[in-house]
Amino acid sequence: MAPRSIRTSNPDANGNPVIAVDHLTVNYRDTQALRNINLTVRPGRLVGIFGPNGAGKSTLMKAMLGLIPVVTGRVTYGDQDLAHQLDRVAYVPQRSQIDWTFPSTVWDVVMMGRVKKTGWLKRFSATSRQLAKEALDRVGMLEFKDRPIGALSGGQQQRVFLARALAQEANIFCFDEPFVGVDQKTEAVIFQIFHELANAGKIVLVVNHDLGESITNFNQIILLNKELIAAGPREWVLTRDNMTRAYGGHIGFFGHAA
Amino acid sequence: MNWFYEPLQFAFMQRSLAVAVMVGIICSVVGSYLMVQRLALLGDAISHSVLPGLALAFWLGANIFVGAFIAGVISTVLIAWIHRRSPIKEDAAMGIVFSAFFALGITLITTIQKDNKIDLNHFLFGNILGVTSGDVRDTAIIAALVLVAVVLFYKELLFYSFDPLGAQASGLPVGRLNLGLMVLIALTVVASMKVVGVILVLALLITPGATAYLLVPRLHQVMWLGSGIGVIASLSGMYLSYYFNLPSGPAIVLVASGFFALAFLLSPRHGVLTQRPRRSAQSLSSILSEEA
Repeated sequence: MAPRSIRTSNPDANGNPVIAVDHLTVNYRDTQALRNINLTVRPGRLVGIFGPNGAGKSTLMKAMLGLIPVVTGRVTYGDQDLAHQLDRVAYVPQRSQIDWTFPSTVWDVVMMGRVKKTGWLKRFSATSRQLAKEALDRVGMLEFKDRPIGALSGGQQQRVFLARALAQEANIFCFDEPFVGVDQKTEAVIFQIFHELANAGKIVLVVNHDLGESITNFNQIILLNKELIAAGPREWVLTRDNMTRAYGGHIGFFGHAA
Repeated sequence: MNWFYEPLQFAFMQRSLAVAVMVGIICSVVGSYLMVQRLALLGDAISHSVLPGLALAFWLGANIFVGAFIAGVISTVLIAWIHRRSPIKEDAAMGIVFSAFFALGITLITTIQKDNKIDLNHFLFGNILGVTSGDVRDTAIIAALVLVAVVLFYKELLFYSFDPLGAQASGLPVGRLNLGLMVLIALTVVASMKVVGVILVLALLITPGATAYLLVPRLHQVMWLGSGIGVIASLSGMYLSYYFNLPSGPAIVLVASGFFALAFLLSPRHGVLTQRPRRSAQSLSSILSEEA
């Protein structure tokens, strides 16, 4: 039996709510994409979702947020469904899902992070603009705020998305493949901010597929291949046995003489 | 300036110019959403689908705007239903639904044409010189509704059209935003019917916004500039039609297309003839900024 983190909807030791995924099954058209997933995501740690292509990593994240229909199962945050508390969530989709020729500037995109908090029929407040400025500054993109997003590099686009997430003032941060096609500087900036968010007691959940050295940034790993292979501290999860079950056959990964 | 004032002495020209200006504005504004969401074909689908609604309303003596609007909404619901409940892709579903509605519309109009003095061509290509003061009023109401809705929900619609998944994950009701956008499109198409007819509505929806998109970088700027281009195209099309006895709908569309051609060739940022050798310059500058 794979080591499984203790599943509970009770708050963690510091009284912060956790995300509990309970018997989650998701179908994609006629095939089963995820089968009977049970796990807990705790605040204050950098949690990575890993697994081979088609393992259902992005699907798990979307299903947890209620963005796609589930067959069975429940995802709670505190004592309520997570899907009913999306104002606490900042979600950044895969960069490839976005049309970067869309007519808007860096500033427009970061301000989208303030739309829900601002509310219907209201204009953005001075506080919102200040938060957006601080977020852009934090990712090193403030000087680009009037640039059209199409004129940015991939790494810069990803940092703009990170700034949008920061501007949302969320408790739960979900990133889908944030390191695809970004430069080293951006990767360093993103990991730095992920650690800062985790240290500030936020929930930070990241879909990733890079098994290289960067995996050591993650405190907790959720290893997935349509079903949960293992979840828990990195050192527990990254065993040769688990990796073989997730990826099949021989796989090289950092921290293990391949 | 006499050439400018001469047509204005006729009440029918005043009415048609007023309608053309209003339609030029709302088509560009709503069409900008269609363009950025890659839903140009949906505009075409809705515009063809309103035809049976027009015909039935005319036959029953009901308000043709209402009939057309209902048919347009039914068609979008059908498209979404086919797309969701079968492996048929969305563009194929649009093609099936709009051609079926269009065929039904032509059949109905041809049938009732025998008993009524109506002309199929007016539905297909518009009949702006025939607008009544009631049409002007209805168009004004629709234009006001559409513009107020876009202004009030601008930030939500911007988020939704740029990143629907991100908007949904932030807790916005994306299903209702999408429905609202469809209603705005249907209203705009219905209002444009008299000006350019169902066949050419797409040009007014897409061309001015696409022209502006080549010139300015933000969505609200695309809408403003697109509206200006739409209005100028509508007015100059009408004047060309008046002085050279051209069909007014096609004249408007040709002027708009001319603007697009100019922007396509000469836009400072994207013009075929004016831009810097783009790929190399851009990738070089992004490499340099990464190094810095």
